[in-house]
Amino acid sequence: MATIEFDNLGHSYHPRPSSPTDYALRRLSQEWEDGKAYALLGPSGCGKSTLLNIISGLLVPSEGRVLFDGLDVTRCTPEERNIAQVFQFPVIYDTMTVYENLAFPLRNRKVPEADVDRRVRQVAEALDLTADLKKRAQRLTPDAKQKISMGRGLVRSDVAAILFDEPLTVIDPHTKWILRRKLRQIHEEYRLTMIYVTHDQVEALTFADKVAVMYEGAMVQLGTPQELFEAPRHTFVGYFIGSPGINLMPCTLGGDQAIVEGISIPLAPGSANGLPNHELPKVGAKFELGIRPEFVELTRSGTAGSIPVQVVGVDDLGTSKLATVRMGSHTLKARLSEDQEIPLDAAIRFPTRWTKLYHDSYLVN
Amino acid sequence: MDKVQDNRAWFLIIPVFLIVAFSAILPLMTVVNYSVQEIFGPGQTLFVGTEWFGKVLADDRLHDALFRQIIYSLAVLAIEIPLGIVIALGMPGGRSAKTSLTLVLLALPLLIPFNVVGTIWQIFGRGDIGLAGATFRALGINYNYTSSPLDAWLTVLVMDVWHWTSLVALLAYAGLQSIPPAFYQAAKIDGASKWAVFRYIQLPKMRGVLVIAILLRFMDSFMIYTEPFVLTGGGPGNSTTFLSQYLTQMAVGQFDIGRAAAFSIIYFLIVLLFSFVFYTIITNTGSGEKK
Repeated sequence: MATIEFDNLGHSYHPRPSSPTDYALRRLSQEWEDGKAYALLGPSGCGKSTLLNIISGLLVPSEGRVLFDGLDVTRCTPEERNIAQVFQFPVIYDTMTVYENLAFPLRNRKVPEADVDRRVRQVAEALDLTADLKKRAQRLTPDAKQKISMGRGLVRSDVAAILFDEPLTVIDPHTKWILRRKLRQIHEEYRLTMIYVTHDQVEALTFADKVAVMYEGAMVQLGTPQELFEAPRHTFVGYFIGSPGINLMPCTLGGDQAIVEGISIPLAPGSANGLPNHELPKVGAKFELGIRPEFVELTRSGTAGSIPVQVVGVDDLGTSKLATVRMGSHTLKARLSEDQEIPLDAAIRFPTRWTKLYHDSYLVN
Repeated sequence: MDKVQDNRAWFLIIPVFLIVAFSAILPLMTVVNYSVQEIFGPGQTLFVGTEWFGKVLADDRLHDALFRQIIYSLAVLAIEIPLGIVIALGMPGGRSAKTSLTLVLLALPLLIPFNVVGTIWQIFGRGDIGLAGATFRALGINYNYTSSPLDAWLTVLVMDVWHWTSLVALLAYAGLQSIPPAFYQAAKIDGASKWAVFRYIQLPKMRGVLVIAILLRFMDSFMIYTEPFVLTGGGPGNSTTFLSQYLTQMAVGQFDIGRAAAFSIIYFLIVLLFSFVFYTIITNTGSGEKK
């Protein structure tokens, strides 16, 4: 197990990168704790696989360093770093049995046969593969094959970290859920450093202690699932996490108030102080007001601090209701409890605690 | 579900059936017809039953040719298959100019007509003007494919290797290119040695194309005719007379049509049998469930 540290890490596939958009992975300095489960979350092409390959050692970054437990491993091979990786599609050795597949990484490292047997049986037990151990791996279903791939990652007890590159893509939804729980259990039992790449927010949020959200090559936020939900540091995080995503409205500033189409919405006191260098807003700088549908309060008109709106539609989701309302030219979503009445003269309120101000897509705080 | 009788299906099958009949079955039946008759001249035939088959099977020269043929085909397979795999492993991957150049260079021998290949090697090996032959002579090696059976054999084998290894290499290369990069990355992470990568990833993934390569090279080499005919004419003596050449001597040289026809049928059955055996062995090894 190891602490993983990124020191001014960046990667570009261009020979001479000039603008930030030339970078597949933009400059990044961070430290990831030992024994925690991390998820790298983002849409395709956001740089998450690039970062994963840099961590695993399959790719040498063009800038900066990677450190495992303080040791520079930037140019080390995956083997030297002692990491394990599970790929998107099952990688199995066709001509071997399940047992031989699981034993392969250990036997290559000349682990005594008694230990090999013990570890293989342990891992097979954890992944429900015991009954298949003597079968030829080629004949199994895709999800059993992917379990073998995972098993080969888990079988080595001394790895610095286990990396998962969208490992559940080929698995059906029900088995997906079971396997994710299994991984979670294994993580809690052995306290392995796990890094899990996915584009599925549910997968990331349920699996990881900390989720790193990537967007256009930049890591826009690293935080616990709760932090990502309650205080998205970038509008992309607000949009990508949560279903539906955050409500965003362009606004201007007036003291501690955000002004949207002439309507003043109070912000938490001192919100605007967090602006870079306390500068006055530059011409062209973009401000946005963001609030999650879960925090929008729907009340009757006339309630203190409320803004009248027009209810356009209500979707009943079974456990909650999702109201679509129009405020001026903006359409907002509000999540309501199942039994809440929708008044005819509806109005909404923005609790200051949950009303966030974004400056050029980044949270002002 | 009720079965519906629909005779329209015949319209779809009949054209294929006709093509196969004219291209394969009818010519083969002609041969069968000849094989049971003594033919003296046009229109003068005599039914002799299985006599030709008995004679052919008892023919010592045919036994020698068959034995030579089997040794030759096995030698071809033993050299070309491993060599082709090694070449494929050493070829550059990806889409680069280097890859294209390698592919073109490899394909060149395959594009040369068979009798031209024979002529090239005939000249190449000559002691007076041939590059190889003259070099050997200058080095003091007594090399002469027209008088030494061993030299003739080696020359025919090397020629076949030169001509056809590319085919095996290209097939093996196609097999290698279809392996996703994740397999190599996973093997690296699992700490697999180069040999283990070959043994457990590359070889199993190449199996399909190797079956094709082995079958093609076996059938082709078993039926080889043109190149040794041009190079050595079957000599010295009968040392490089393979089945096809013996058959041609019989049918065209001696105009022994009935016997040649019986020979052809036996020849055809031998190729079929060997191919079937190879195919069964290769597809069953390694894929069976371990009990």
